[in-house]
Amino acid sequence: MASVSIQSVTKNFGTIRAVDGLALDVADGEFFVMLGPSGAGKTTTLRLIAGLEQPDSGMVRLAGKDVTAVPASHRDCAFVFQQYSLYPHLTVYDNIAFPLRSPLRRQDPASIDARVQAVAKLLHIEAKLQRKATALSGGEMQRVAIGRALVRQPAVFLMDEPLSSLDAKLREELRVELRRIQQSTKATVLYVTHDQVEATTMADRIAILEGGRILQVGTPEQIYRDPNCLAVAQRLGAPTINVLPVAWFHGSALRRARHAAVRPEDVEVSLEDGDDAFTVVECSLVKHLIVAERGGIDVRARFTANYPAPIGSRVRLRFPPANCLFFDDAGDRVSTA
Amino acid sequence: MAEIQIKNLHKQFADFTAVSDSSLVLEDGKFIVLLGPSGCGKTTTLRMIAGLEYPTSGQILLGGEDVTYRRPRERDIAMVFQLFALYPHMGVRANLEFPLRNEGLSRIEIDRRIQEVAGILRIEHLLGHRVGGLAGGDRQRVALGRAIVREPKAFLMDEPLGTLDAEFREVMCVELRKLHDRLATTTVFVTHDQNEAMALADYIVVMNKGEILQADSTEGIYNFPSSMFVASFIGRPAMNLLPLAQGVAQGDTTARFAKASVAIPSMRAGASQAVLGVRPEHVDLLPAGEGIPARIDYCEYFGSHWVASIDSPLGTLKAVAPKNVRPAQGEAVGIRLQTGRLVLFDSKTEFLLASDSTVQHRPGMRHG
Repeated sequence: MASVSIQSVTKNFGTIRAVDGLALDVADGEFFVMLGPSGAGKTTTLRLIAGLEQPDSGMVRLAGKDVTAVPASHRDCAFVFQQYSLYPHLTVYDNIAFPLRSPLRRQDPASIDARVQAVAKLLHIEAKLQRKATALSGGEMQRVAIGRALVRQPAVFLMDEPLSSLDAKLREELRVELRRIQQSTKATVLYVTHDQVEATTMADRIAILEGGRILQVGTPEQIYRDPNCLAVAQRLGAPTINVLPVAWFHGSALRRARHAAVRPEDVEVSLEDGDDAFTVVECSLVKHLIVAERGGIDVRARFTANYPAPIGSRVRLRFPPANCLFFDDAGDRVSTA
Repeated sequence: MAEIQIKNLHKQFADFTAVSDSSLVLEDGKFIVLLGPSGCGKTTTLRMIAGLEYPTSGQILLGGEDVTYRRPRERDIAMVFQLFALYPHMGVRANLEFPLRNEGLSRIEIDRRIQEVAGILRIEHLLGHRVGGLAGGDRQRVALGRAIVREPKAFLMDEPLGTLDAEFREVMCVELRKLHDRLATTTVFVTHDQNEAMALADYIVVMNKGEILQADSTEGIYNFPSSMFVASFIGRPAMNLLPLAQGVAQGDTTARFAKASVAIPSMRAGASQAVLGVRPEHVDLLPAGEGIPARIDYCEYFGSHWVASIDSPLGTLKAVAPKNVRPAQGEAVGIRLQTGRLVLFDSKTEFLLASDSTVQHRPGMRHG
């Protein structure tokens, strides 16, 4: 296993700057997630690390060594894609064994067999080894694709949305499995996703990307509790953080603030009317959510009562100041301390 | 606009029963999702409503009129297979016009409809453009526009978002729901994805093996799943299903496990073997020493909350904990189940057992 480091890497595609002076350091054995919307430059960054793209400027290091000019086949990175890309004419066994039989590695059949069996066991596909890759379900195919990466014991795993073509249940299972395998093998994983759940549940650290730049790097809890800008605050959290007019708040420290933001689970809801009450526009017990409106502004709050509040009824909402985040015109965080 | 009614609908493909004697009333103006795993009969049901498939027996009524054996184009229904199949060589306006050309509408009427649809979808400024150069989101709006420009009595959609990547799918769900709120056209939408179903539906019809298992509001399905299949198919993380050590009888208020027991709503039915169902949100985590002793095996952080997998005398189960709790792997804790939220299933039939709390619920749709 190895650390990964990239320094002021820029990559243009024609007139589009996909990656813009990006720098990041991933420690050996770390599960590092790059989270961002499509077009943020996540996949391009991963491909730059793999050597599938060449940067216009900047440097890529693996285990401390400059590999910017090294071809992909010599970088010892294993790539797992969203589409499983297995060899359809081969069995599961042969798909997993494939990288070990490559002329670059050339290993004896007994040790190949031992490795394939060990990986299959880890991924719970021992019983499927003799099947054709096409005779598997989506979840099994992705397991095989992960197995094919694992079997090589590469320096670094690069994963590009590996779970997003699976259904909710499988995604949930594989999330846990992938994280457990990473912890037990102490693998270095760079993982790209647009799904914040995958990011917060699996990552040691997350980098939030937008427009080819990193907005913030930190542990899931750091980023969720202490975002440095409004875009980051809005990227994590479902339902999304409420952005409210700062005029609803008092305090001298807020002179520079333009937006106040508060997480739905921090809003206190009481079912009572009053001058400052809100009107309920949506209430779902399934989503544990109430949406209430005042002055054209919708506020989302976590709501766990046994009975829904009727639409059109009045509720009071309180925003505990200790749980509110403030941002200036540019969207940067304003400290209230 | 119209109500769709299916009566004792049955479809046989050789010796395979695709849809088994199903009856259902799809209320006018609602968004109804047919949800189930592949092969459950949801698409066949949709195709029979569209007229692409004729039933082996049974009836389909559209706005009270029997349309069972009418041809598709005589039904005034728009079938949307995939939202993104546009004609790439045509302009945006030509794509929107296409479904209207065959209907013998006047030029004035065609222009009026296109203007109206373009207004609804905010694509007026794109009418002169070619489809090829459009951004993904605009392309989707044009495709949606082509479905609604016909002003059909109902929309039938067969996994229209299936080919999109996950991120676009979520955006599209929001857009589709907004559109429905605005047009209020009866919509029947087929999917195997519970997230799509939850985001879109007024009512969800859960199917499995050709049968309708439950047709209800999302809340009805969430609180009172009619069977263990529905319970585990809807809701993430899934409902915990914990087998009891012994059966339950009418009047029981306790569920007994080998090394613990749990208070339950008073039973109105019994079973010789039963399974307790509890959603992870309704398992409270307590400090060690309180409640039922348990140990945390694994936990996941979601920002607003944690989900913990727990080893307990009731079995392995999941619990949702608020964000300030911070459960740790290996930690000893206590658990308590929220009595009013518990449901029980008969282990043999896998169907819901009636209790004081389930009898208060009235399903949102009529079906049989």
